[in-house]
Amino acid sequence: MNHLKHIILFVLIVMMTSGSNGKDQTLSGNQILEKVDENYGSDNKIMVATMIIHGRRGTREVTSKTWVKGDDQSFTEYLAPAREKGTKMLKLGDQLWMYSPSTDRTIQISGHMLRQSVMGSDLSYEDMMEDPKLQNMYNAQVIAEETYMDRPCWVLELTAVKEDIAYHSRKIWVDKERFVALKEDRFARGGKLLKTTEVKKVENMDYRWVPTHAVFKDVLKAGEGTEFMVESMEFNAEIPDYIFTKAALRR
Amino acid sequence: MIKFLIKGVLRDRSRSLFPVLTVTAGVLLTVVGFSWINGVQSNWLEVTAKYQTGHLQVMSRAYAEEAEQSPLDLAYIGVNQLANNLQQDFPELIWTPRIKFGGLLDIPDENGETKVQGPCMGMAVDLISKDSPEKNILNLQDSILRGKLPEKSGEILITEEFAQRLGISMGETATLISATMYGSMALANFTVTGTVRFGVTAMDRSTIIADISDIQRVLNMEDAAGEVLGIFKDNLYDNEEAQEIAARFNSKYSDPNDEFSPFMGTLLDQSGMEDYMNMIDQFGGIIIIIFIGVMSIVLWNAGLMGNLRRYGEIGVRLAIGEDKGHLYRTLITESLIIGFIGSVLGTMLGLAFSYYLQAKGINIAFMMKGSTLMISDTFRADVNAVSHYIGFIPGLAATFLGSLISGLGIYKRKTSQLMKELET
Repeated sequence: MNHLKHIILFVLIVMMTSGSNGKDQTLSGNQILEKVDENYGSDNKIMVATMIIHGRRGTREVTSKTWVKGDDQSFTEYLAPAREKGTKMLKLGDQLWMYSPSTDRTIQISGHMLRQSVMGSDLSYEDMMEDPKLQNMYNAQVIAEETYMDRPCWVLELTAVKEDIAYHSRKIWVDKERFVALKEDRFARGGKLLKTTEVKKVENMDYRWVPTHAVFKDVLKAGEGTEFMVESMEFNAEIPDYIFTKAALRR
Repeated sequence: MIKFLIKGVLRDRSRSLFPVLTVTAGVLLTVVGFSWINGVQSNWLEVTAKYQTGHLQVMSRAYAEEAEQSPLDLAYIGVNQLANNLQQDFPELIWTPRIKFGGLLDIPDENGETKVQGPCMGMAVDLISKDSPEKNILNLQDSILRGKLPEKSGEILITEEFAQRLGISMGETATLISATMYGSMALANFTVTGTVRFGVTAMDRSTIIADISDIQRVLNMEDAAGEVLGIFKDNLYDNEEAQEIAARFNSKYSDPNDEFSPFMGTLLDQSGMEDYMNMIDQFGGIIIIIFIGVMSIVLWNAGLMGNLRRYGEIGVRLAIGEDKGHLYRTLITESLIIGFIGSVLGTMLGLAFSYYLQAKGINIAFMMKGSTLMISDTFRADVNAVSHYIGFIPGLAATFLGSLISGLGIYKRKTSQLMKELET
């Protein structure tokens, strides 16, 4: 039954994307954004990923396993390196906790701490806390059509509809067939470029297109950026509810 | 002649009292002002050297460029070898590694949840080893208000103001939340053993002091440190010697093409200190020029009034054949005698007041609430050799200038009319 559901979903995506060439011009920026969100969206997922952090003094690898439920619950456990092993993070709505096994303390990360880098990468806790649905935060406009990585793309300009978000505007290059953002620039209110993302590889997983290799770069930070590599991704997985509780942090 | 003029000045008080008082007041203010500025300058240098930069400071070249932000990711790796080299090459200084870091100090409740937390500024120094020079440099024993100095790993000191704000008692556990050298979040539990007060608002607000080996472990900085500080053994900063040592070190160890090679800077090189010190010197010079200007105008006026009162006397002296130039010179000499007497009195009073300010100081903590300056809350004067003669410059110059201008009236008197003037 579940398998049949996937096949139907895949056929729908193929139909949708194959017909998209003729309908490019009819889609508005917000409609494209909705499709991008739909492509990423899932009730539950479990992901194992490795961050390769290219700092000014060398490269480090950090591996983590993340359980995600809906848009606002996630639990991450760091698996490697040894120094970070056992560190856990829990996101429930707009709150974030971190558990450190060496101190046996659970600390809520808030205020200016949210701007700190996650494990020394080019991503901040604030980035982790973002609503995964861009359409909830931005109004999109198509400003150009370009080819990026040999893929025809819409260039969307996103302007914040909310006050309290990290990036006032963004520019994203959306693959016209796969509805995956292949490149992204994030800007501050004054128009200063803060972060960039470049997707290097997109794979079809469980009948949807998933960026499995991306490079994030904090423009204000020295270094060559952070590579984010998805090692495995399981959509609509069975995740017990206790995972998304503070008690699970200490288990 | 001078003896005669001195007698005249001393016996005719109406000729000397007001100018002497004016000069005394001006000189007093100059001496106190100079000693005060000198005190602020020395205090600033001393506090900055002790808590921030040392007399000399070795960092990686990349760290040195952003030293004000204490960028731990650019810290120097291989600090033990570096400290040994420094000790060997420059034994006239005490060398000690330090790590400055920022973070949050989080106090847990009985369930391990956050009870209270606050941002802190951390200083990791050699606290525990037996021959640690830091206890003396930071004057830790005398700065303790409650509890005791850390004796073993995992113990820290925090400032009294910070402890009161967090409501923490001695022996309680505090969790430090910071970032490692590689940017990961770092958490570590410490026991607070004592509270300190340094008398520097920027330090007393929220500083924690931990042993450097603990912080190296927590911040993933094994054999690394932000900086290695050098303090002259006599605790006196000698800029020329410091420049010479820095040049010698940099030519031997520093490589401009390697951003992580060590670089030595002097106290005045750091944080624009040299500019600040030059500014203070210029400010001192401006004060003296202002005093000379103002006092010259006052004494010029006093001279004019004196000349009016002595109109008859000057007339008689001219009438009996005294040369105008000679008369002018005697008036100037007279004023210099007055200036000298005023300068002596002003310097004595100024020194007395300055010594008082040197011993007692004035606490300006109420003005330093948001200050980030590494300067003591108690401003003290610093009396040095220059304080003993600085007042003579405005004292003599102002009286000289005053009488130089007011005495010009002598040349306007017409000898032909003198008898007529004297009859009236």
